[in-house]
Amino acid sequence: MRISELFERGEFVITAEVGPPKGTNIDKVIEEAKEYLSGIHAVNVTDNQSSVMRMSSLPVCIALKQAGLNPILQMTCRDRNRMAIEGDLLGAACFGIDNVLALTGDHPTLGDHPTAKPVFDLDSVSLLHCMCQLESGKDLGGNDLVGDFPKFAKGAVVSPCSDSVDAQLAKMERKIMAGCEFFQTQAVYDTDKFLSFMEKAKQFGKPIQLGIVIPKNAGMCRYMNKNVAGISIPDSIIDELAADKEKAKSGETGVAIAARIIRECKDAVQGLHIMAMGWESKVPGLLEQAGLK
Amino acid sequence: MLITQLKDREIIESLICGKAFVINCHGCKEVFFDEKGANELQKELMEAGKLTGILTTDYICNPENMKLRLERYAKQIEEADTVLVFSCGVGVQTVSEYLADKRVCAACDTFALPGYQGVTPLEYDCDQCGECYLNLTGGICPITACSKSLVNGQCGGAKDGKCEVNHDMECGWERIQRRLAQVGRLDVLKKCPVQVRNYATYKDINKE
Repeated sequence: MRISELFERGEFVITAEVGPPKGTNIDKVIEEAKEYLSGIHAVNVTDNQSSVMRMSSLPVCIALKQAGLNPILQMTCRDRNRMAIEGDLLGAACFGIDNVLALTGDHPTLGDHPTAKPVFDLDSVSLLHCMCQLESGKDLGGNDLVGDFPKFAKGAVVSPCSDSVDAQLAKMERKIMAGCEFFQTQAVYDTDKFLSFMEKAKQFGKPIQLGIVIPKNAGMCRYMNKNVAGISIPDSIIDELAADKEKAKSGETGVAIAARIIRECKDAVQGLHIMAMGWESKVPGLLEQAGLK
Repeated sequence: MLITQLKDREIIESLICGKAFVINCHGCKEVFFDEKGANELQKELMEAGKLTGILTTDYICNPENMKLRLERYAKQIEEADTVLVFSCGVGVQTVSEYLADKRVCAACDTFALPGYQGVTPLEYDCDQCGECYLNLTGGICPITACSKSLVNGQCGGAKDGKCEVNHDMECGWERIQRRLAQVGRLDVLKKCPVQVRNYATYKDINKE
């Protein structure tokens, strides 16, 4: 089901994401999603996340759908040109996958195939436009589609704690102009920065889901601060994780921190997106602590 | 070799906001430029009172050379609201950098042809993509200044203003955002339709 309809109904939309395997077995990812994520509204399936090659997003979406979950197809523009993207979108629609998150994608040099050709024939904005075109029965070449036209809930991402917030807001506006119906944010740790971003972004009137990555330990936080764009983790959070290594390792501290961030921000947003990064099993507990269950 | 092809007349006219000062670059012999077409158009624009002056010179891609030439036209440039540059993308970028608070527009699209590429300095780069974006981006080329050649705005990968691919390189879209703010043209990004690149070559376009 299209999550845009849930937003329209005024629901607080909760999503999480899973990563396809680097191999041919998908039982584990599907079983984990069934066990820990069946209580939420939808599940994103990443697309060669961080430019690391894995199974495509689409087959995992289809398997999730068949398992009774509501998948969100993440689609980047790094690996496919417009024809391949359009073909995959039609394939997705054919299998009832009707939520798509449009992303430009990280550059290949950041991942495990640094010598691969970067495609970027489209970008997140033109990909959203492409979906609108397909919905109207035309492809990007201006040719007519035959039979039923697809209909997607079209989403995109925004980086609210980026140090170039004006450029991010400008891009957000272009995404909306291109047909974007909802946004998921990059992981938020600095709630003051996030809430001041939301003050500026609410003028656009589009639903925004707060992005959460459960912090695993102090080292991960320092790494993200140094290397991941749009992430600024305050020292107080790093100190909290460093204070008790056992509690950090078990996830207790990270879940408590994430739950606190959610509680501080939830009134300003229309939903929540959890990037568990292997800690899918902690999602139900996190939602409970955040008062969302 | 390269071709600097005049943009459509309506597009060129729409670029002129208020009055314009025209710069023609007749520098490299490797560049095929429709001098006749440009002269006719500029003559008409001049007669219609839309121009404050015309400078025809060479190698505007050389910043020092360009400054010397432009200094003599300071008054006409000051009177103009738009500076319209008839050159390859490198020339337009050099002029936009020099006249950073002026509305500098490209009147040509630059297409690549095989062979010698002329004499251009390295700090400004033109990919000769045939679909010049400089009018939408404040004279900073998104094709060469952005590692992903994005044409609809910044990706989420910039950190501390640096590109995710090369930490020594400033994010091209941050530069564009700053330049547009500087010239009061941020609305360009809001208003211009979704850009989908056209990868057809000069040969593809002109085969009949």
